[in-house]
Amino acid sequence: MTSPAKDQKEAPSLTPDFEAKADELISHYPASRRSAALPLLHLWQETFGFVSGRGIEWIAAKLAIEPIRILELVTFYPMFRQAPIGRRHIRVCRTLSCALAGARELHAELCRRTGASGDPHAPLTSPDGEYTIEFVECLASCGTAPVAMADDRLIERANLPEKIEACLSHRD
Amino acid sequence: MPIKEKRLILQHADEPGYAPDIACYRRHGGYAELKKALGTPPDSILAEVKASGLRGRGGAGFSCGLKWSFIPKNNAKPVYLICNADESEPGTFKDRQIIHKDPHQLLEGMIITAYAIGAHLAYIYIRGEFPEGARILERALAEAKRDGFLGKSILGSGFDLDVFVHRGAGAYICGEETGLIESLEGKRPYPRIKPPYFPAVLGLYMCPTVVNNVETLCNVKHIVRMGGAAYAALGRPNNTGTRILCVSGDVARPGYFESEIGTITMGQLIHDVCGGIRDGNRLKAVIPGGSSAKVLRAGDTYAIRRRKPDGSTETISVALEDIPLDFDSLADAGSMAGSGGIIVMDHTRDMVEALANINEFYAHESCGQCTPCREGSLWMKKVTARMTRGDGRPSDPDLLASIANSIAGRTVCAFGEACAWPTQSFVDKFRDEFEAKAAPAKEVPRAA
Ligand SMILES: Cc1cc2nc3c(=O)[nH]c(=O)nc-3n(C[C@H](O)[C@H](O)[C@H](O)COP(=O)(O)O)c2cc1C
Ligand code: SF4
Ligand code: FES
Repeated sequence: MTSPAKDQKEAPSLTPDFEAKADELISHYPASRRSAALPLLHLWQETFGFVSGRGIEWIAAKLAIEPIRILELVTFYPMFRQAPIGRRHIRVCRTLSCALAGARELHAELCRRTGASGDPHAPLTSPDGEYTIEFVECLASCGTAPVAMADDRLIERANLPEKIEACLSHRD
Repeated sequence: MPIKEKRLILQHADEPGYAPDIACYRRHGGYAELKKALGTPPDSILAEVKASGLRGRGGAGFSCGLKWSFIPKNNAKPVYLICNADESEPGTFKDRQIIHKDPHQLLEGMIITAYAIGAHLAYIYIRGEFPEGARILERALAEAKRDGFLGKSILGSGFDLDVFVHRGAGAYICGEETGLIESLEGKRPYPRIKPPYFPAVLGLYMCPTVVNNVETLCNVKHIVRMGGAAYAALGRPNNTGTRILCVSGDVARPGYFESEIGTITMGQLIHDVCGGIRDGNRLKAVIPGGSSAKVLRAGDTYAIRRRKPDGSTETISVALEDIPLDFDSLADAGSMAGSGGIIVMDHTRDMVEALANINEFYAHESCGQCTPCREGSLWMKKVTARMTRGDGRPSDPDLLASIANSIAGRTVCAFGEACAWPTQSFVDKFRDEFEAKAAPAKEVPRAA
């Protein structure tokens, strides 16, 4: 088994701050390090944009489990991705209440405005790499449908013209 | 007469100037109930919660006090508390209001609950799509720790508790409590085979674990404040307290509304609270408890039990609009109060389209562990998607019903029912629309 120390050397871009954050997260689970798997995956993806093979190996070593135990999480949980996406991520809820309020039209409009095209069931990235537009399931804001998320920000009644602008111009 | 709200959980949430910080919470009397609770034996809190009749607000409506009492009496292992903040049932957006606007109320409810059940470590499992909610809770936890409401010997009581936020990553099945526990253990969220039926017996790390919904835990604080008997006087017998109902879909003013359980009817909620059906359209159908709940059709009559003044019950026949919004009446009507998410559809809606949308959700969210659910949810989605493309067949209504009937009751977790009930009820209640989608048989020239 590779020791965490050796991995650090192979991963020069991991800052002490990143390491400290990872250790802090692991400390939340005194009964089982493995419980920190999702938190570390979030940390990795937030820092590097997606979960690479190196990320999977690093997290596995950190938690003293086999890399497959991390990979199987990345392939199961919809929020994790193994490849980069556009610089801005727009998620559009497609579930019933939002669909009743025009989610499909909103998704199409966002695609038209950004030039993203393809199968709407998959995340679509604009040709300039700026935007990724993705249909997601209910975002728990059905009373203000249709809703979207521009990166981490919830956009309510997102089909109003100024809200479409907000989706496109928002930057975290 | 305008319908008045009875706000217990959301009492302050939408007041102008009310902020999610601890100073504001304490100015409004926050953490007084925690002090009160820590001065009484844990058992007495359990007794009050039992007396309150509180039923879980996460979906199943199970007795909260009873659930807590399943922790084995001779238990020597650590006990855990988990707050289910996964809020993923389509149509539901109440926990979001609490987390964003009044996070300390949730923490106070959790700390009291942890004390009552003897937990020293608790987690808030929050869905990954609530990044702002997670940050708000982190901040609230730091504030509570700073002020001595968390950590070692809380308020000098000798009771220790740590609480951490744990973020999910976009999978609906993490809301199912045993799937949630697997997820919190760092695994795929495959729900566990029952028995044991309750994580209170074997839960996180195979230790006794209480999993409660956000709104349920907030209620605990109010039960401590009011006393179990006074709380039980709110609402109706066996349907006590208040509930936050979330209304979405084709109403003029969608939103959330808290009232004593069972004191308003579906019609009052839709017409008086939410301004009626949008654009002057007519009511067609309501899904009363999150998308898993069976759909109810306007114009049908429903047999529900009503309690008479002498305590006995009688069965009466009522219209959809006259069903009181409580656990028992909605169960009598053949559906469920579920998560409190009420989705309204007007007469312009195509019920096959609506079911196709719901089926897409369940096909996407099945964890894949059980064959009937994994294959069945996908198959139902394919059939309804084909029907919406104009390729319906006369056999489709029966096919859909038979697939759904082969899932319910044959799976590891209640997702099986959750994905079967929409199809069963839509096809049953709107069979005419499903039949109308059958494309006339195409004439295909035979090769010579
Ligand atoms: C498929 C499925 C999804 C669920 N999703 C949620 C959810 O998002 N939030 C929730 O509180 N309970 C959810 N539940 C219910 C939980 O399993 C559990 O009953 C609940 O958290 C218990 O809390 P309560 O007794 O306070 O309601 C779900 C159940 C199933 C079967
Ligand atoms: S019923 Fe469906 S969601 Fe539940 S365990 Fe089986 S496959 Fe998974
Ligand atoms: S259906 Fe879109 S937020 Fe719930």
